[in-house]
Amino acid sequence: MSLLEVRNLRKSYGALKVTDDLDLTVDEGELHAIIGPNGAGKTTLISQLAGQAGSDGGSVRFAGTEMMGMPMHRRVRAGMSRSFQITSILPGFSVLENVAAAVQARSGSSFRFFAPVSKEQALNDAALAVLARVGIADRAFFRAGSLSHGEKRQLELAIALATRPRLLLLDEPLAGTSGQEADRLVEVMRGLKRDVTLVLIEHDMDAVFALADRISVLVYGRIIATGRPEQIRDDARVRTAYLGEEAGEGS
Amino acid sequence: MRLIPNRAWAATLLFTAFALLPLIAVWLDDIYLIVIATRILAYAIAALALDLILGYGGMVSFGHAAYLGIGAYSVAILSRAGITDLGLHLLAAICAAAVFALVTGAISLRTRGIYFIMITLAFAQMAYFFFVSLSAYGGDDGVTLAARSTVFGQPLLESDTALYYTGLALLVGLYLLAVAITRSRFGRVLTGTRENPVRMQAIGFSPFRYQLTAFVISGCMASVAGVMLANQTSFVSPAFMDWHRSGELVVMVVFGGIGNLLGAIAGATIALLLEEWLAILTEHWQILFGLILVLVVLYSRDGLTGFFRRRL
Repeated sequence: MSLLEVRNLRKSYGALKVTDDLDLTVDEGELHAIIGPNGAGKTTLISQLAGQAGSDGGSVRFAGTEMMGMPMHRRVRAGMSRSFQITSILPGFSVLENVAAAVQARSGSSFRFFAPVSKEQALNDAALAVLARVGIADRAFFRAGSLSHGEKRQLELAIALATRPRLLLLDEPLAGTSGQEADRLVEVMRGLKRDVTLVLIEHDMDAVFALADRISVLVYGRIIATGRPEQIRDDARVRTAYLGEEAGEGS
Repeated sequence: MRLIPNRAWAATLLFTAFALLPLIAVWLDDIYLIVIATRILAYAIAALALDLILGYGGMVSFGHAAYLGIGAYSVAILSRAGITDLGLHLLAAICAAAVFALVTGAISLRTRGIYFIMITLAFAQMAYFFFVSLSAYGGDDGVTLAARSTVFGQPLLESDTALYYTGLALLVGLYLLAVAITRSRFGRVLTGTRENPVRMQAIGFSPFRYQLTAFVISGCMASVAGVMLANQTSFVSPAFMDWHRSGELVVMVVFGGIGNLLGAIAGATIALLLEEWLAILTEHWQILFGLILVLVVLYSRDGLTGFFRRRL
């Protein structure tokens, strides 16, 4: 069963077609990686899917519902969340509050003005559980802005997870992390594969080929190939896109 | 070392000092002190209201004096119609302020940054000129109130001390309300939106609804200050909503320290006291006041309240 069906998705910045009649199908339960050279339009695609950036046309169906024209916050509530390549946290909040805010968004009205939110045990417990899952529970009471870069990447993932999505769009979760931090995040994502459908944009090819069930290759706003990792590894068009014309012709 | 352990302690100290002030005034035989202090309470309420959206919501309203005017004219208009009850004056002021804030806020919040500042200023100026053209209530000259608001049909507020304690009760009540709001679920969404609006959308919140609600709450609170001010001066004019006054409210909040509520109250207090004292020294007191403001902002990013906090 496909959870996400994208048809003829388009977006242009002036004459530049960033997303060019793009088709993509993501099956329920799979980890679908999207790779491609710099400037291929990967982050724009995620932003379009998440509803953060507008689209010029096409269709995005999620769990059978058309998402086009729906703002980001409503797509999140429908079960589709994204993470950001450039860490996007609430720096002045504690780590726990960052995650608890995401739990709060999906549990009851936030038009409550009197009861202190920091004493809502249900929110804090759920947030702590997510922090434990990504491995930064020991940082719960630190100011989010004071975390190391690697910890911020873990927090970024925790916030997205706390919205309890059916489909999680991860935009380069490993960006800028060191070897050890990256290994940790790869393990977290491997654990997530059981419960969440994942779309993963990533430059770290070791991680992509270790994690992905299927890989789509995005070049100049179009998907030029989709398949299992070994198919993609051997695909001549992919090699051309990545290694340049000559290598492609040579193969 | 902290001079004062936490905000609750500081608030208790400050409000106790306010509560004891009339005794000091009697002791010094200086009734004018109570008059100044009542003005301070009114402005403290307005500054508190502004800090709720400025400090916690990141919304710099440059038109909050409009709500002073709305509150003050509620008293003038109802009094002339024969309705003198303080409760009804407050109710009318809050309702009128809510409508004005809802309409202007819904439009203003489509903009950000300097545009938000300018559009709130523009709406306040529209309110200002509306009341200037209101000839039934004296237009530009304003209107003198026949008497202060009544409580239970009695002219209790004719006593300066009673009016003062009424103002203090309103300030304390609104302060506690504001503290509760900032610590609530709603407050978390409001503060989160100031920190990073895109992040809040990406976890499923639509910031606009929360910002607009905060804007309306703030406007309603500020209108209470207008009711107090009208009673204190027994006079209402469009000057209450002059854009200078909106600027003064922003200065008070920045002076006292943005985003901790108590700072706004301290800022209003010190600003008005300085105005009184410096004016004795020289008629060009604003030069001195400007100098002090510059020094405070330069040496403490958290305004006056920053001096009482441990340096990290």
